[in-house]
Amino acid sequence: MIHINNLHKSFGQLEVLKGIDLTIPTGKTAVIIGPSGSGKTTLLRCLNLLEVPNQGSIKLGDQSINFDQNHKMKSKELVSFRKNTGMVFQSYNLFPHLTALENVMEGQTTVLKRSKADAEKKAKALLDKVGLSDRADMYPHQLSGGQQQRVGIARAMAMDPKVLLFDEPTSALDPELVGEVLKVMKDLSKENMTMVIVTHEMNFAKEVADQVIFMDQGVIIEKGTPEEVFENTQNQRTLQFLNKVASRS
Amino acid sequence: MIADQERVDRIIGILSDSFFPILKAGIEFTIPLTLITFVLGLILAFFVALARLSNMKSINAVAKFYVWIFRGTPLLVQIFILFYGLPSMGITLDPFPAAVIAFTLNKGAYSSEIIRAAILSIPKGQWEAAFSIGMTKSQAMRRIIIPQAIRVSLPPLGNSFISLVKDTSLAATITVTELFQKGQQIAAATYEPLWIYIEVAFIYLIFSTVLSYFQTKLEVRFERSVAK
Repeated sequence: MIHINNLHKSFGQLEVLKGIDLTIPTGKTAVIIGPSGSGKTTLLRCLNLLEVPNQGSIKLGDQSINFDQNHKMKSKELVSFRKNTGMVFQSYNLFPHLTALENVMEGQTTVLKRSKADAEKKAKALLDKVGLSDRADMYPHQLSGGQQQRVGIARAMAMDPKVLLFDEPTSALDPELVGEVLKVMKDLSKENMTMVIVTHEMNFAKEVADQVIFMDQGVIIEKGTPEEVFENTQNQRTLQFLNKVASRS
Repeated sequence: MIADQERVDRIIGILSDSFFPILKAGIEFTIPLTLITFVLGLILAFFVALARLSNMKSINAVAKFYVWIFRGTPLLVQIFILFYGLPSMGITLDPFPAAVIAFTLNKGAYSSEIIRAAILSIPKGQWEAAFSIGMTKSQAMRRIIIPQAIRVSLPPLGNSFISLVKDTSLAATITVTELFQKGQQIAAATYEPLWIYIEVAFIYLIFSTVLSYFQTKLEVRFERSVAK
């Protein structure tokens, strides 16, 4: 379970998160939607401490962490917390000097100190799961965007994280490659992987989310099941946003 | 015409007699001096680059000061201070070690800036990806950033290597009998400076050409392995 309590984050004078409270049960998929600048990506990046919040707390499994802006976090604390989370980036951020297989092995051997044989076995199984077993020895530049992103998902999965975070995983993809990535994510959701997804893919959100969170200007405006948010919302700002998105597609 | 023929024969004779002695000086002194100082300079440069990137202000300041001094003063002056200046403080160095120290310190300063720039050129997303799989800063540096930074720094380091080959001719000024010094000696003995120095230039050209060939090979090997 992820439990976020009164989370605040500012960049200089600009307050991006203004007190976020959120609980995501184990095995569930939460989708965060909202206009750009709403703070949804920052919230996601706070969950694996790529941004360190100024105030509030995050509890992940049995590990709890309190933030205080007058107290600088030790890098040891950051690293030990991060090990429980996996992140999938908008621009994939695969390691270009390593093959697909090596990308998935790297964290296992360097961070988790698994043996090379174990890491390779697991990496092969994960590449198979995302449908790329025949691309294991290719370098990122030899793969399409969709394939790179699926390697990115396998790389994150290899660390056995308690939660997978997706930061607009399909935004940089050509339209015809979006489907293959969403399919992998759907499969993971069905297998009860705990996931937090920031996305603009509303149909995907409707289909996959257990919980939809609508954010605007640094606060959560509304959260609920897909039906509650997409079909039956009474909230003016949510309606406005959904109409805008609908008219665009 | 007969006089001209004699002169041509004499020059050809001098050039062929001097070619191997000059080449030998190059192989015995220029090449080792280049290789030793380049490797030592690289090691020094690597640590200076890390110091320049460090958050610790004092370390950073020391590194910055060092780079400022050695980039801001002529190499020739640095060599003279080391070889002709230090004896007055009781420190006397042999010519070859003095040259090694001077070139290393000078190359270290320049190469550290190349390495620093290469490390800074790796996109932030690579750091974040490394952190996201639980790496510490030093693990990320070692496993993800440095391997890519090496590729980025190869062309500028290759250039600096080739310029070092030629810069070693300054060691002649402190009596190291490297390629250029040997050429000077022969030019003085034969009174044929034009032809001897052209020969010297030609031998330097051979060295640089061979070295750039290896540089290109190395670059091709490391190609494609850097994040855009």
